[in-house]
Amino acid sequence: MSAAPGFELGHHLPALQVVVPLIGAVICAMLRNGTLAWGWALIVSVLTAAISTMLFVAVQAGGTISYGLGGWAPPYGIEYRVDLLSAFILLIVSWAGAIIMVYARQSVMHEIDAGKRAWYYCMYLLCLTGLLGIAITGDAFNAFVFMEVSSLSMYTLIAMGKNRRALLSSYQYLIMGTIGATFYVIGVGILFTLTGSLNFVDIAERLVTMQMERPAIAAITFLTVGISLKLALFPLHSWLPNAYAYAPSVTTSFLAGTATKVAIYLLMRIFFSTFGEAKVFEILPTTTILVLLSVSAMIGASLVAVFQDDVKRVLAYSSVAQVGYITLGIALANDLGLTSALVHIFNHALMKTALFLAVGAVFLRIGSVRLHDLDGIGPKMPVTMAAFALAGFALIGTPGTAGFVSKYYLAAAVIDKGWWGLVFVIAASSLIAVFYVGRLLEAIWFRAPGALAQKASDPPLSMLLPIVGLSLAVIWFGVDTRLTVDVAHNIATMLLGGVK
Amino acid sequence: MTAIDVNPGLLMIAAGLLACLLPRVGRQLLTLGTPVAGLLLLIATPMGALTTLPIFGYDLTLLRLDGLAFPFGIIFLIAAFLNAIFALHQDDRLQDSAVMIYGGAAVGAVLAGDLASLFIYWELTAVSSVFLILASRTERAYSAAMRYLVWQIGSGVLLLAGILLHYQETGSMAFTTITLGSVGSWAIFLAFGIKCAFPLLHNWVQDAYPEATITGTVALSAFTTKLAVYAFARSFAGEELLIPIGVVMTCFPVFFAVIENDLRRVLAFSLNNQLGFMLVGIGIGSEIAINGAVSHAFAHIIYKSLLFMSMGAVLYRTGTVKASELGGLYKSMPLTTIFCIIGALSIAGFPLTSGFVTKNLTLTGAEYAGYFWIWLLLIFASAGVMEHSGIKIPFFAFFSHDGGHRVKEAPVNMLIAMGIAAGACIFIGIFPQTLYSILPYEVTKSPYSVQSVVTKTQLLTFSIIAFGVLIRAGLYPKEIPSTNLNTDWLYRHVGRYFVGVLAYMARWAWAGVCGGWRATLGAAHGLIRRHYGPDGAMGSAWPTGQMAFWATVMIAAYSLIGFWYLL
Repeated sequence: MSAAPGFELGHHLPALQVVVPLIGAVICAMLRNGTLAWGWALIVSVLTAAISTMLFVAVQAGGTISYGLGGWAPPYGIEYRVDLLSAFILLIVSWAGAIIMVYARQSVMHEIDAGKRAWYYCMYLLCLTGLLGIAITGDAFNAFVFMEVSSLSMYTLIAMGKNRRALLSSYQYLIMGTIGATFYVIGVGILFTLTGSLNFVDIAERLVTMQMERPAIAAITFLTVGISLKLALFPLHSWLPNAYAYAPSVTTSFLAGTATKVAIYLLMRIFFSTFGEAKVFEILPTTTILVLLSVSAMIGASLVAVFQDDVKRVLAYSSVAQVGYITLGIALANDLGLTSALVHIFNHALMKTALFLAVGAVFLRIGSVRLHDLDGIGPKMPVTMAAFALAGFALIGTPGTAGFVSKYYLAAAVIDKGWWGLVFVIAASSLIAVFYVGRLLEAIWFRAPGALAQKASDPPLSMLLPIVGLSLAVIWFGVDTRLTVDVAHNIATMLLGGVK
Repeated sequence: MTAIDVNPGLLMIAAGLLACLLPRVGRQLLTLGTPVAGLLLLIATPMGALTTLPIFGYDLTLLRLDGLAFPFGIIFLIAAFLNAIFALHQDDRLQDSAVMIYGGAAVGAVLAGDLASLFIYWELTAVSSVFLILASRTERAYSAAMRYLVWQIGSGVLLLAGILLHYQETGSMAFTTITLGSVGSWAIFLAFGIKCAFPLLHNWVQDAYPEATITGTVALSAFTTKLAVYAFARSFAGEELLIPIGVVMTCFPVFFAVIENDLRRVLAFSLNNQLGFMLVGIGIGSEIAINGAVSHAFAHIIYKSLLFMSMGAVLYRTGTVKASELGGLYKSMPLTTIFCIIGALSIAGFPLTSGFVTKNLTLTGAEYAGYFWIWLLLIFASAGVMEHSGIKIPFFAFFSHDGGHRVKEAPVNMLIAMGIAAGACIFIGIFPQTLYSILPYEVTKSPYSVQSVVTKTQLLTFSIIAFGVLIRAGLYPKEIPSTNLNTDWLYRHVGRYFVGVLAYMARWAWAGVCGGWRATLGAAHGLIRRHYGPDGAMGSAWPTGQMAFWATVMIAAYSLIGFWYLL
């Protein structure tokens, strides 16, 4: 690859995607004032979102972009490789980051001590950097580095929660995250000894000619389990509920919308563009294992959600269940399955972020997210709670909302595979979702307001706008599926045709 | 004239959404005006109109107007209008809005031409109607509403699964005739069946309808089950299985209705019985039988609404609809009494009322098609209807022993609504051709043949006599062996005893089934809670060691499986 004549900004978009938030984080750390740091972080995150949008448009128009970092040509140098899948994930993560940042100021002012606010935004941007880095890099080891960047900053973001149990939750997440990252790097190490390369595309090319020997299987094993820890696949999900429940509201929303999604991206990258579905799904019983675990998540975690008393924990367990939908789509390894998984990554990020932001607004007003404290809060915070109800309906999969679209494709994928029994599992899981969402909505809208709820009112506009915007988007993407389904379908075709 | 091919259901739904933002007067104008506008729109739409909208790669058929959809669309809009008048006295944003969306969804479903749209409207009727029960704002109503919602959503989920399977098998999303056989078709059949209150799938009707608000019950009785009847007529006309199911539905509620004390629940039981008639007609599937089912549904919505409205008026004024607490109301609510009697006569199928001219079609259908036993059982069920709806309702509410209520006549708006409905019952009874002209097939015979009038009159007369005797016997046991009744006393006594035993057995069996269910559900709930609740193994926060343990288990399991596969 020859270097571009002169310095054209457009050519360096892939690098800027990561460098902008990275430098932004460093500068953020130097600003000691919380509000100033927020303003800066907002500019940086909006800029990052703009870059990802430009990349997405460029990839859609001109196909995959390959960028050799520092002018070193891949596979020897680190390659940033933006294909449609990467661009799609970058788009989701960076926009989630920007939208939550609009919301963050009031919430952070309420939940984080004045002296730590600048650090908080610094960590937020670092975490964003790490997540974007995982999605953009074409290098397996570089992905590990970014994984650590995002995880370490995420642990900090969680530990900053006011509740003292936040520290323990963060510690548990750290232990599990480290185990996951270690497994991942062991897997990468085995791959490196096998093929002598760290570049995903290069590894894929070299693996094609090789027999599936034990080391390769060990590599798949370690990579799969390691990433499964990160994406909270049942039964490796147990770090997630506490981390979600005790983290500051902004952290929870950001974590729910992005972190697990990026891990799922990495799993797809390993399965489909590195080993290829033939090796992963035909030689190994990956499908059976993943389907069983996904179904356990969809049913088990949903059941747990029904009995939780803390709204954030209800939503957290629901996230575990929703990850089950996505992994089920991946496990099917067919066109419709991957489409549904990708669509659900997008839709779930949308609705879960909306829900957690709304819960964050409640916390701002009444200082509690226990269900019985939310009794009758609906009429007191009508706009917030109407948005909450919309996103809640989407979580169930009501037609006309984004949640329906992904479930519809998942059901179609399952039928396409001929496993119609799973249709009933999907239906059963939706039915349980009716219970846990219904329980929240019933308390919020139909009970007599308690002492705390009496005082509540809608949050300030800067928090209200992201909530309302996202919940309207939930409806929008329930009807207009061009961005989600069409793109997801193209990605699925690319992934399935990717490795010969 | 150029017609705009818009589904009037969408109009209603839009108005319903708008209504929740408006002040009271605006809502009243909307609830009254929209059904009228919808009616005009529907009448202006040419027969055979088709509007499609490409979405998701499918063509959604938003509007399909044909002979079957037309009468259902008309009657749903009329019911919405009547309900709007009936509800004018109350100021409830939630109900005004919910009832319009609910009615709109029902109209929309009837006019939808593909299964995907049907499913959307199907769920919408479930979700919107539950608010009419919740709006009672009592603990009982809340529980009933939740049970109702579980049944309805269950039906919707089943329908979705069925539609997907059906699509997979046939590649068609058209909402048209489906042959029973594949798993998909059975799932659709059962989904319709739940909404149509099949035997053993029916108890949500009696459970939820009496708990809804005064006006809510009227709307509930009109839309949900009749939408299911329409769906059956559309997809499963001529499916023989519906005949035995329908017959069971006509017969078994009779026993329950006779012993029930809550008069709105009596009406809910009789609703089941009426649905049975319609299903039999659909199951027979001949032109005359389908006509019978459709016209029966049409007339039924009017007189059933009328009955529920009259009971609603009683409940509104006295605060109760328990037979044991009512009685003697004809003095204070004379107009309501008259309207209720007209409704009761219609449901019993008296000549010169709408019930006669429509039920007659179904019976003729059964007779023509050679289903003698079916015909006989339907006759029996007609007698039962007479017993519990035709006589019991007006008798216990308005006559019987004086319950001591001295109340005002029903509000004017209720009287107007009931008056219109009562007028319609009689109008259809005298001029059946007006109804016959909008049926899917041509009707050639007049319902008023000598034979049918005589049969029916005999049947009804004997029912009245039987009732009188039972009341006397029940109230004054010592006076039973009076001489003038001596000849047929034994027969009636045994008959009563037999009915009593049957009813007892049926109740006992039913209680067993329900109790079993409840126990099973309770046990399941306990079990799930034990394992998945906050203190269960799944729901509690795991210690770090346990988390790491599972990571180890996973890596070990993966490795073993992987290596085993290479052996």
